[in-house]
Formats: sequence, structure tokens, C-alpha cells
Amino acid sequence: MADPIHLEYEVAADDYQTAGTASNSVKETLKMLGIPTAISRRAAIITYEAEMNLVIHGGGGKIVANIDEKQVELMTIDEGPGIPNVDKAVQEGFTTAGDRAREMGFGAGMGLPNIKRNADIFEIFTEVGKGTTLRTVINLQ
Amino acid sequence: MTLGDIAKVLDAKALCGEEMLESLEIDGAFASDLMSDVLAFCAPGAFLITGLTNIQIVRTAQMLDIPAVLFVRGKSPLEDTVSLAKDAGIPLILSSHNMFQTCGLLYAMGVKPTSANSAQV
Repeated sequence: MADPIHLEYEVAADDYQTAGTASNSVKETLKMLGIPTAISRRAAIITYEAEMNLVIHGGGGKIVANIDEKQVELMTIDEGPGIPNVDKAVQEGFTTAGDRAREMGFGAGMGLPNIKRNADIFEIFTEVGKGTTLRTVINLQ
Repeated sequence: MTLGDIAKVLDAKALCGEEMLESLEIDGAFASDLMSDVLAFCAPGAFLITGLTNIQIVRTAQMLDIPAVLFVRGKSPLEDTVSLAKDAGIPLILSSHNMFQTCGLLYAMGVKPTSANSAQV
């Protein structure tokens, strides 16, 4: 890989129809760059769950991917309600999602645990009333 | 076995990707209505059995390179679900059996259960 790659996508709130488009684009880019399947699979799971979180909880937001020779950095940035208790939010089964998310097969309190499981670095910066930034890194070396 | 063999046993009909039925080799399967569990536990290469029919099922399949999706309980997916599957080259088949019957029939014919992880963080 010659130069680092920077990708950015806007994700709309409550748009369950197009949700996943950005994640698929990130995944296709990783594939094109020749990133190993096991890595791009982890990146796809992280991005997709994080994208669904933007749709369900974040009031929409931004997905940012930075790819270089050493790592894949995946971030979501929203200006939504924030997470009052991060420790709780990363527990399997804890959810504040509504029926609409559940109808789509999400909102069962597995999103952040799934993201954490697939990331080498997992960081959440959140402030109630201001928003949430999720930063994950997958090491390539 | 192929996806075509599976479709025959279940008397399932292809909604798209019919031309791939006979060439697509299937080894294992994962059954769930919760896409987060599919993302957490579905092993690479396994095909997906589900009772949900919305567009996010195909998105999930896309993310994990799931080779095919089988809908149970005779629930036809919406048009945009089929349309995305066509674009993504993912065959969809529809069985009128319920989830338990479907899984039982496939287990009996030798489709293997698959799991990528156990439930822990």
C-alpha cells in the first residue's frame, strides 16, 4: 500500500433502508487493497455494527476509516444523546434500542460487544447530551 | 452437497440466483433471527437460515460473505431485499417449513452446524 487511505461517510438517523451501505463500501475497499479476508471480516463486523448504532442511537453521524500499512482505524462520530454508562453499554444483552431496530434483527445488546470482540483497540469517548465517538483499530502487523 | 440439494429436500423455491443452485457447495449453516448473533457467531462459509426478511439480512450476508440465505416460515422477502441480493450475487431461497423443521431436515441430510465464537467478550 503506497499512501494511507482515508474514507468518510455520512450516515442518516433512523434510515434502516440504506444502513449498511457505508460499511459495504469500506469492506469493498479493504478487499480491493488486498487486506486478508480474516481482517476485512473483522472490519466489516465492526463497521456494520457501528453504522447500525449511528442509525439506531446516534441520531446519524459519520463513519471514518483510515487504512495504512500498519492498521485499519475505524471510527464513528455522532452528536447524539451520548452513553450515560459505558460499562453497561458494552455488556452483552444490555440495550436501549426500540422495536424498529429489533424488527431489523438488531437492538439486542450485542452491538458494542461484537465491536469490542473484533477490535485490537476499542475506545469510546462520550458525553451525555453532546455525542459519542467510537474509535477502533485492527492491527495489520 | 449443493444449495440445489438443500432446496429439493425443503421443497424450497429460489427467489433469485437460481443459476447458482447447482454449483454452490454448502457445508455448514447458521440459523438465527438476530443479525447481531449472525455477526458474532456465524462461521466463514456457512449459509444463513432466518425468518427475518428485511434488507438488513442481505446486508449482513454481504458483510460476512455468506454464500446464500434461506428464509423459513414461507415469509417472502420484500422486493428491495431480493433486489439487493441480486446485485450482491447472493442466492435467496424460500421454504414453507418453520425454523425448527428446516434445521431438522438439513441436520438429517448432513448440513453441519457452525459457530465462529462462544458468547464471551
